[in-house]
Amino acid sequence: MSAYLLLEDGLRFDGDACAAGGPVTGEVVFNTAMAGYQESVTDPSYRGQIIVFTYPLVGNYGVSGEAMESDAVHARGVVMREGVDREDAPKAEGGWLTWLDDCGIPAISGVDTRALVRHIRDRGAMRGGIFPGDMPEAEARALVEAEPPMHGRDLAREVTPAETVVLPGDGPRIAAIDTGIKHSIIRQLRERGVHLELHPCTVTPEELLEGSPDAVFLANGPGDPAALGHIVETVRGVVGEAPVFGICLGHQLLCRAVGLETYKLQFGHRGANHPVKDLATGKIDITSQNHGFAVIGPGGERTIEGDEPVRWDTDFGVAELSHLNLYDRTVEGLVLRDVPGATVQYHPEAGPGPHDARYLFDRFIGLLEAA
Amino acid sequence: MPRRDDIHKILVLGSGPIVIGQAAEFDYSGAQACKVLLEEGYEVVLVNSNPATIMTDPEFATSTYIEPLTPPSVAAVIEKERPDALLPTLGGGTALNLARALSEDGTLDRFGVELIGADYDAIRRAEDRDLFRQTVEGAGLRVPRSAIVTSMAEAERALPELGLPAIIRPGFTMGGQGGGVGRDEAEYRQIVAEGLAASPIGQVLVEESVIGWGEFELELMRDRNDNVVIVCSIENVDPMGVHTGDSVTVAPQQTLTDHQYQELRDQAIKVIRAVGVETGGSNIQFAVNPATDEIVVIEMNPRVSRSSALASKATGFPIAKIAARLAVGYALEEIDNDITRATPASFEPTIDYVVVKWPRFAFEKFPGADGRLHTAMQSVGEAMAIGRTFKQAFAKAMRSRELDVNPTAPDDLDELLRRIETPTGDRFELLMEAIRRGASDDEVCRRTMIDPWFIAEIGALARGEDPEAGFVRTYKAVDTCAAEFEAATPYFYSGWERPGPDGPRHEVRRGERPSVVILGAGPNRIGQGIEFDYCCVHAAMTVRESGRDAVMVNCNPETVSTDYDTSDRLYFEPLTLEDVLGVVGMEDPEGVIVQFGGQTPLRLARGLVEAGVPLLGTPVDSIHLAEDRPSFQALLSELGLKSPAYATAESRDGALDAAESVGYPLLVRPSYVLGGRAMEICYSREGLGSYLERTRGQNGTGTIYLDRFLENAIEIDVDALCDGSDVVIGGVMQHVEEAGVHSGDSACVLPAMSLGPDMMAQVEEATRALALRLGVIGLINIQFAVHGDDELYVIEANPRASRTVPFVSKAVGVPLAKVACRVMLGERLAEIDLDIPRYPRHVSVKEAVLPFDRFPGADSLLGPEMKSTGEVMGIAGDYPAAFGKAQAAAGARLPAGGAVFVSVTDTDKPAAAQLAAAFHDMGFEILATGGTAQAIKRMGVGVERINKLTEGSPNVVERIEAGEVALVINTPTGSGARADGWEIRRAAIAHGIPCITTMTGATAAQRAIRALREGRPEVISLQELHGERRAATT
Repeated sequence: MSAYLLLEDGLRFDGDACAAGGPVTGEVVFNTAMAGYQESVTDPSYRGQIIVFTYPLVGNYGVSGEAMESDAVHARGVVMREGVDREDAPKAEGGWLTWLDDCGIPAISGVDTRALVRHIRDRGAMRGGIFPGDMPEAEARALVEAEPPMHGRDLAREVTPAETVVLPGDGPRIAAIDTGIKHSIIRQLRERGVHLELHPCTVTPEELLEGSPDAVFLANGPGDPAALGHIVETVRGVVGEAPVFGICLGHQLLCRAVGLETYKLQFGHRGANHPVKDLATGKIDITSQNHGFAVIGPGGERTIEGDEPVRWDTDFGVAELSHLNLYDRTVEGLVLRDVPGATVQYHPEAGPGPHDARYLFDRFIGLLEAA
Repeated sequence: MPRRDDIHKILVLGSGPIVIGQAAEFDYSGAQACKVLLEEGYEVVLVNSNPATIMTDPEFATSTYIEPLTPPSVAAVIEKERPDALLPTLGGGTALNLARALSEDGTLDRFGVELIGADYDAIRRAEDRDLFRQTVEGAGLRVPRSAIVTSMAEAERALPELGLPAIIRPGFTMGGQGGGVGRDEAEYRQIVAEGLAASPIGQVLVEESVIGWGEFELELMRDRNDNVVIVCSIENVDPMGVHTGDSVTVAPQQTLTDHQYQELRDQAIKVIRAVGVETGGSNIQFAVNPATDEIVVIEMNPRVSRSSALASKATGFPIAKIAARLAVGYALEEIDNDITRATPASFEPTIDYVVVKWPRFAFEKFPGADGRLHTAMQSVGEAMAIGRTFKQAFAKAMRSRELDVNPTAPDDLDELLRRIETPTGDRFELLMEAIRRGASDDEVCRRTMIDPWFIAEIGALARGEDPEAGFVRTYKAVDTCAAEFEAATPYFYSGWERPGPDGPRHEVRRGERPSVVILGAGPNRIGQGIEFDYCCVHAAMTVRESGRDAVMVNCNPETVSTDYDTSDRLYFEPLTLEDVLGVVGMEDPEGVIVQFGGQTPLRLARGLVEAGVPLLGTPVDSIHLAEDRPSFQALLSELGLKSPAYATAESRDGALDAAESVGYPLLVRPSYVLGGRAMEICYSREGLGSYLERTRGQNGTGTIYLDRFLENAIEIDVDALCDGSDVVIGGVMQHVEEAGVHSGDSACVLPAMSLGPDMMAQVEEATRALALRLGVIGLINIQFAVHGDDELYVIEANPRASRTVPFVSKAVGVPLAKVACRVMLGERLAEIDLDIPRYPRHVSVKEAVLPFDRFPGADSLLGPEMKSTGEVMGIAGDYPAAFGKAQAAAGARLPAGGAVFVSVTDTDKPAAAQLAAAFHDMGFEILATGGTAQAIKRMGVGVERINKLTEGSPNVVERIEAGEVALVINTPTGSGARADGWEIRRAAIAHGIPCITTMTGATAAQRAIRALREGRPEVISLQELHGERRAATT
């Protein structure tokens, strides 16, 4: 069955429908990792987005329970050069395309994804949709227009749990604001003995600090951090009261809490090969990335020129931009100097991607245990 | 930390001649390294014995030594040049072993030379099996379990830990004799018992079998700040058990989950840290059982390798270039990614296409080799293809191989299915045939142990399924980053894509300048080696210098021509008419050059012309005129030139009759030649009759070619330039072996020692006449035979770049291919200042390097069919010294003393007796079999007569195997399987003893040994040899 992808600027790519039928709309973004497709589509940070995989063959090793990053598929749709449905792979519990279909996720294959990605790279991530081949383009265009833009969008509320979830452990007690936390983060924390509480994103500072947790964790998540003023206020309420750590959206929220702004990147960082430099140690990690927004430095700078940590005063004492993306020199980490707090923009938990930065979890838990 | 300022002069070692397992990839890596080091402002001293390399072009180093890669000769270079540092990681195992030897013998310490890019202890930890095992286990990782056993009782004790099946490898036996796979206990016991008996030291290594597991390789780089990046993952389609060089491989890996892949990545990083490779590239191989997640580390190369060349071409990440920068102090983040120019090298490439590499085998050249693949590499080259899907890349790679012989499948399906159980060079064709005949994917997976994902993909290809109907050829770029950033370096491939509303979505942005398309040489194979790549690279350089865009088309990942730096646009494509026409359609070039890539582009010439594509240089009709025997013969008569009589016949009787008019001895061959065996020299009607009987039987069909064989003639090779009105002789070479040995296998010397001024003038005049008459624009190579004192015969003329162009260019100090290209672009020879000395002051010898040690079943005899894989060059003030250097460079260590074994045909006996006398005078012991011994004794020379193989023990083969023979001189008496000569040559090769099969070669060796004993020849750089002339012409 034929299908097509239509972008808001009118560009159309034809292909074949290979999972659930459309139509579906969302922000069209691309991911450059060569494996880890199932982890990606189940990552809540992809809420509201249609993922274009740059690697042309997707589905080679099937799907399995261990690759789930949440309990559901969060990506709206999937665009591929060649979708592979193989349930007989050694670790597979099902075929990728069959599974997408079962989950009701539209997908299109046979698309010249490289041409599509070059277009998005040059024009920026934009709205679009996957439509059945027989749907008139005007109708499809209307649906794309109806899709709200990612800019200014609060999606955390869509992926946060309704009730607090407690995952017991005998190590440090951590209270997390669950804006769509990935299973890999939970796994990394729990492997280190953490007693983890996952709070809805509407949690108040008082509720978070109740019972004096050893730390507050700010999770990854979808959407525009600038639209999450309510959570930023919560974060401001806990900084200085408890150590604060965070990943991805959590990093953006802490940055906003100490007074920085965020902006929408041209096409975002989504992949498993970005070099990030720790400005304190000079060490470079190859990192897993998934974010469409980034932090603006204290002087309004979108990129950092030198290799020295950038320091400035905040309401919470001295803060420091601690990590740098060597691809485009955007901000990748924050450390608070006078109160305990540190966040990174990238994904040390991997899932998918390299494990280079997993030591951050050891460092984090080590700090709590030493305190 | 930036560039080191405490070192100024760096010695770089090449890898020497092209041999199986060590090919053009080290010219690519070495040339990159030299370029980078010069750019960084260092003085570069290069040693490499292989003249057909780009790295030995004089502009790639400050001082270039074409000298043997042996410790004494490199030590002499060190003593003369006094480099501050030695970079040994870019010249393969050869360079690394040399560095180790020079470190162990104290040379490096004595001259204060620092090893950079690798550390002595790290090299040992990676290369020494035991140390590597300890290092890997120390890092908490697993290697295959194994035990060394010396008795059946020990073997029983080892069994429970190893499990079955188990691999049994007897110690110190040749070619794995006596080893095998024990699948059950009975078989295990039996093979161990046989192995213990076969091993001269009664020792057997028993090893956990990982046969059938998936095989994966990771290419890594590490800098001095301990940052590690994985450049590329490579998955072998053939499971464990086949050498990775002989496996079909794919990049990136296809079948592992992200979780499994990241585990491999973590382990690779642990290994490179534990081994302690501080800066540079490494390759680590793993076996993975995908069902159980078990991983074992198989081995590591602590240097750039064939796989790293493949990884560089597959991703656009130039490993060798970056390794060279890391070695002189840079960190990865301080080096730019050439391709994006906006991002640093401290990243991991991600690709949005699929790369498939196919090995190129040449079993048909080695009758007797069994064609099975195992853990020792046997392929002679490789082709790489890039496609948007695995199926596209696999099919492109298959057609890139340019097979001479298509595999044939047995009619019986059961037989076919049995055949695919054993890995062979044609297994994929066979399994595709099995699928076409209805074998299920499951059946094929079970028989081959190939991962079902690959079988599903290959099966779809075999069944002709086409989910991409309506897709069109679309040119995409290789950019290291899956289009995340804009690429600056234009490196393209074609894939099949659904077109957009305005047609295919090509990425090629052609500028305004006219372009010239250069067709490369395709995969290396015997007869078509690195020499042609060298010529293509020179063509690209020349086209660029002329102000046009050089466009390269090639599919060989090992080469300099497929470096994205070499041309303005590189199309990594198969060299078939359709693929080339695709590129031409994209480029609309001023012209296409077919003259430099050997047979590959020539085969396409006619089709290109018919498609209306303009060719530059010699017109295609001239090429065909030279190849068509009758027309060429007529042309020779017209010019008053002689050629050996020849005839063709269609039947046995016809051949016998025709032979009378041709005259004996004659060279006879069938219309297609499958290895040298079908080609023979016949001395009489009886001999010819017997040949025809053996090869055709009574009712054979097909054309028989009969050529008069000029016995004891001297063969002459000439490379010349022609612009249509002027001819310039590049070089006149004399073959060391007589006519009858393929020119590619014969040693040759420049200047031609035996030609007097008159004959030289005749050769030059004939060359001039032929080149002009053929209308050559560019290069021509002509082979002559000089018979008797003054008879000159033309054997053949090839109006194109020949195999000897790089050798001659380096011998005379003029880059012939570049000059030829300038002529093809319209310059006149008269306008180019060429000063080519007819008799250079120094003597250059080219020697062929043969791969017989890789094919234990094949005969090592030289004949009319080419068998060598590569060549070396020796340069010295006189012939014996140059010959000695060439021999040393070719790996034949000519002995300074000991015993010479001589066994020759009757016709050679007088000469052999003379030669034995000369050896005897030099203090050698002489051993000979019956007839030869008698002839030698008659000269009054002391000789020990020893038994032939058939005469009982102790015989010659036993003496060779006991290490009592230092040199073998054995001219053929017919090449029957398992004949005496065959066994003698096999034993000599197996024990690394030089084995000379022609009398002229033997005489040259004797003179070289005398020269060696009289003192070591000096090392001399190309810049010293040609300094003044080079300054004048460039």
